[in-house]
Amino acid sequence: MSSRETILQRLRNRTGGELTVPECDFSVLVRDDWSTKERIERFEKMIESVHGEVHHCTEDMWMDRLAELLNTRGARNLLIPKQHEIGQALRDAGRDDLPELLIYDEPIESWQAHLFNEVDASITSTRGGIAETGSLILWPNNDEPRLMSLVPPVHIAVLKASELYTTFHEAMKAQNWAAGMPTNALLISGPSKTADIEQTLAYGVHGPKELIVLIIE
Amino acid sequence: MSETAEHTGHHIDVKEFHPRAQAAIHDPKIRKNFRSAMDGLMSKRKTAFEGWDLETLRDLGANVRLRALANLPDLLEQLEKKLTENGIKVHWAVDGDEACRIVRDICKARDAKTVIKGKSMVSEEMELNHYLEEQGIEALESDLGEYIVQLADETPSHIIMPAIHKNTGEISQLLHDKTGTDLSNDVEYLTASARLQLREKFMNADVGVSGVNFAVAETGTLCLVENEGNGRMTTTVPKCHIAVTGIEKVVSSMEDVSALLALLTRSATGQHITTYFNMISGPRKAEELDGPEEVHLVLVDNGRSSIYQDDELLDTLRCIRCGACMNHCPVYTRVGGHAYGTTYPGPIGKILMPHLIGLDEGRHLPSASSLCGACGEVCPVKIPIPDLLVRLRQESVDGDKLHPAKVRGHGAKRSSMEAMIWKGWAWMHASPGIYRFGTGAASKFRALQPSKAGAWTDYRTAPKLAAKTLHQRMKERGQ
Repeated sequence: MSSRETILQRLRNRTGGELTVPECDFSVLVRDDWSTKERIERFEKMIESVHGEVHHCTEDMWMDRLAELLNTRGARNLLIPKQHEIGQALRDAGRDDLPELLIYDEPIESWQAHLFNEVDASITSTRGGIAETGSLILWPNNDEPRLMSLVPPVHIAVLKASELYTTFHEAMKAQNWAAGMPTNALLISGPSKTADIEQTLAYGVHGPKELIVLIIE
Repeated sequence: MSETAEHTGHHIDVKEFHPRAQAAIHDPKIRKNFRSAMDGLMSKRKTAFEGWDLETLRDLGANVRLRALANLPDLLEQLEKKLTENGIKVHWAVDGDEACRIVRDICKARDAKTVIKGKSMVSEEMELNHYLEEQGIEALESDLGEYIVQLADETPSHIIMPAIHKNTGEISQLLHDKTGTDLSNDVEYLTASARLQLREKFMNADVGVSGVNFAVAETGTLCLVENEGNGRMTTTVPKCHIAVTGIEKVVSSMEDVSALLALLTRSATGQHITTYFNMISGPRKAEELDGPEEVHLVLVDNGRSSIYQDDELLDTLRCIRCGACMNHCPVYTRVGGHAYGTTYPGPIGKILMPHLIGLDEGRHLPSASSLCGACGEVCPVKIPIPDLLVRLRQESVDGDKLHPAKVRGHGAKRSSMEAMIWKGWAWMHASPGIYRFGTGAASKFRALQPSKAGAWTDYRTAPKLAAKTLHQRMKERGQ
């Protein structure tokens, strides 16, 4: 008998007999409807408490703010999506106050060392955010691959205020995650951190040292 | 199984709990490190649940886990089906040795020389690192705490914070000795050097091995909770990702996950959520530009299906490995994680390890508790840990005639002398005449009472018997 059968058979032929299935009431997870303003405030408070940075922007000026943020950090380049409107807008703008724009359009194998060692910052879209915990929802794809939000030391994420949910429970229900998940989905709540050395917080241990959120209101 | 008879790994005699506990209690550094860390964790947890109806949330957590356990075989089959559809290969292992061999075979098939690891307690249970080393495969831990513990050739002393027993100075010295990092008390600097060292390793590793926090049957999704990003690196950069997990980690839906996640991170470290919540549902698709080409899940039984047989012991399997029970345990806080000598220390270790290693080897574990109940009060899925400790104590001293054996090593601690004393005790208390005679005689000859009563009086003064029994005094008062 295979290990699979051995294990399943032992579980099915339980000596204690059938187990009762309890009811699960998820209403404790549901928050009263927060206004957009409250959601933004809570999101900002939560993500800032874990060292994330939030900038309030509009469709008209987010690029100005981005240029400013990159310049103060002396970023030599910025990794952008190829198809997404964020990437399109940045390329079309042809601004000279932005650093060199890089595109992730070939498999990681061909440029891994460059991504790990030479890329200073990246910008990605989000699939919304979660106010209660100060989290960003990302579903990486071929336009914005998984490592884009992980390897560069600065990750900038664009979040539309209208796509801010109150709780994780609400977000997954609204976006119908039960219907199917992408190969990789993420909640990101702040820059990479560790407290493994005597409980002292340090940022950027493996992932980005900085997480900057541009909220488009 | 003879194939891996040589697979012994680190061998610590779990039975030597008392000398290790004694040594730990007399080590002011250990006491200070654990005390301050546990105090911090307790207060952070409390703050994180402010504004929540915690009892109702814990009820939900318990019900979600109980529902998953009630459907366990069905959920495992559903999980396997969904994962397979998603392109993830599923393997089953009855014990740690088989799980190790599965990992080795996947590595060998890819001609892998180096494995980078994300945090996984099940891999500690399997002693995977030592096994792979014996097979000529380098296995490197990438979680900073695990990396430190591995450099020191130790084992984790806490399931969430593996290097909590070390202070900055010791870690600096260790990194200096093993990796050439400059000596420094600057945690930022030490962390940055580890980042540099490990980035190289991530880029060159052939295989990434991780644990799993929740495996979702409905969508075929493996969820990982972490702060550092090493888990994402481990599961994304190498061409092959192997996840290992216990069979009890399966839940039915993402909705279940939302409840358990709300409880897990707040209970563990007092965080509302961790930096990363990584949900993996498949290997890299043809059009994708990164991610592993192969993803495997190894479902490990290793004693869990035995625990599953008994209605009361089953509750052990609800555990979501948050560590809140150890953070709140007065014994753990004083002796630290290494004193137990087991993969899982603290209260959860005391109720889980006897099943994995047997009550003979783990005889002292259920007794290393004051039964104060703190663990049961904070458990996010309401595991009645104190009741389970009492049950295991009974199991360890029971004769087989009284209760049929449920746990391996049942009755290992039974002594015929003790059994006889308790039998006599019961008989005396059930016979009023004998009882009155016995207590009367004890009061009368109380001067003969010895001042030493074994271990009990090592740290305490023996209580003196009263000059008169309660019965005598009540009689004198005419009642």
